[in-house]
Amino acid sequence: MRDGLKIEVSNMDFYYGTHKALQDVNMKVRENYVTALIGPSGCGKSTFLRSLNRMNDLIPGSRFEGKVQLDGEDVYASGMDVIQLRRRVGMIFQRSNPFPMSIYENVAYGVRVNGLTRDRVKLDEIVERTLRAAALWEEVKDRMAKSAMGLSGGQQQRLCIARALAVEPEVLLMDEPASALDPISTAKIEELIYELKQNYTIVIVTHNMQQAARVSDESGFFLNGRLIEFGETRKLFTAPTNRETEDYITGRFG
Amino acid sequence: MSEREHTSKQFEQQLRTLKDKLLLMGHHAEKMIADSIQVLVDRRPSLAEDVINSDDELDQLELGIDNLCYQILALEQPVARDLRFIATALKIVRDIERIGDIAVNISERAAELIQEPELKRLIDLPIMAEAAQKILKESLDAFVNSDAELAEKVIRDDRFIDDCYEHIFRELLTYMMEDTKYISRALKVIFIAKHLERVGDHSSNIAEMVIFLVRGQDIRHGTRLDRG
Repeated sequence: MRDGLKIEVSNMDFYYGTHKALQDVNMKVRENYVTALIGPSGCGKSTFLRSLNRMNDLIPGSRFEGKVQLDGEDVYASGMDVIQLRRRVGMIFQRSNPFPMSIYENVAYGVRVNGLTRDRVKLDEIVERTLRAAALWEEVKDRMAKSAMGLSGGQQQRLCIARALAVEPEVLLMDEPASALDPISTAKIEELIYELKQNYTIVIVTHNMQQAARVSDESGFFLNGRLIEFGETRKLFTAPTNRETEDYITGRFG
Repeated sequence: MSEREHTSKQFEQQLRTLKDKLLLMGHHAEKMIADSIQVLVDRRPSLAEDVINSDDELDQLELGIDNLCYQILALEQPVARDLRFIATALKIVRDIERIGDIAVNISERAAELIQEPELKRLIDLPIMAEAAQKILKESLDAFVNSDAELAEKVIRDDRFIDDCYEHIFRELLTYMMEDTKYISRALKVIFIAKHLERVGDHSSNIAEMVIFLVRGQDIRHGTRLDRG
């Protein structure tokens, strides 16, 4: 912990082939904060999010420049264990993607794979604790052995959050986690985000600006690969300093 | 400051309608204040009735504006400048409505005063009335044009109106001390001056909200609450 700073991004450029998707982005993500990233499609916010745990490494022809520090440690350093990095910085995607196995196994899988424990009692504990943390326990405790594919969309998404929590991450990256959910499931996810920030640092990409306004402490507005404005969410949504931010969030664009 | 149009035409239209309604109401209140002063200056009691009757219309405009604001808040969930605009509208509509009530009060006192012989030639009161009407008009112009500089001028000029009131109060006090039969008339003039002073205060409130609208800074009560 360094003065509550969890992730520090400096002078980040990102290229897909010759296309420059991000340009000179600097951002400080604070510990136990929810940081929301907003902006129109193609502005670079998801690229930015994925570069925080090196998910973009897998994209052929992509190139990263700049620096990402997690607790002061260079994420792109040559000696970095990427598997370990992704355990510390977990990710939740737009479409819930449970494994085609039981509810229990969905959560236990990552714990086993990461070698955190093989003890059945401990594993049971972890599964229950993380399902409770993901506000899903009460709904699934009587059908743990049933397939996760039988859960509703909102339940599946919370299961994916439980799965991410099971490996004891420090940071959760969320890419549109509620965009495919109905309002009640969305409200549950938002409530969950509020609970989770006690113990985790969360960075969330969302197209739903009201959602960004509701759940986040700080917000960043991206446009054409640049971070246009970054700061306190309540300031950004009541009196943004930048004209482009103002035009975007009030719906004056195009 | 030029405004880009909202992508949603319906929202754009609602914001314009709201602005138009506020302008109409502001214009209405301005006229009521001007007429209420003319009751006294021209000694025209019939004008007092006009002012009193037109207050209903002002109240109806207030209700319409409130409704439109709630509708926009519920349906469009405005943020940033749009949110500040709605917040400003909800507050200044109250100030404008109070100005209408003040015009009614001035008309009533003026109608009573002109039944009696003139206490003295009124010199300071018309100056004060003119100044109050000027800053009322300027506060509404500042709102229409999102002109924060003009709003700042309104707040400064309100002090002149406060000084006018002090001056009139002291002068009439000497009349009342001189002869008790002047008390009733002098008090009515003081009431009118006090009402005009309140017009200045409401104009100043409107100006403060205009600064909030334009700059996102709350300058009320001597604070700058732009964050925290």
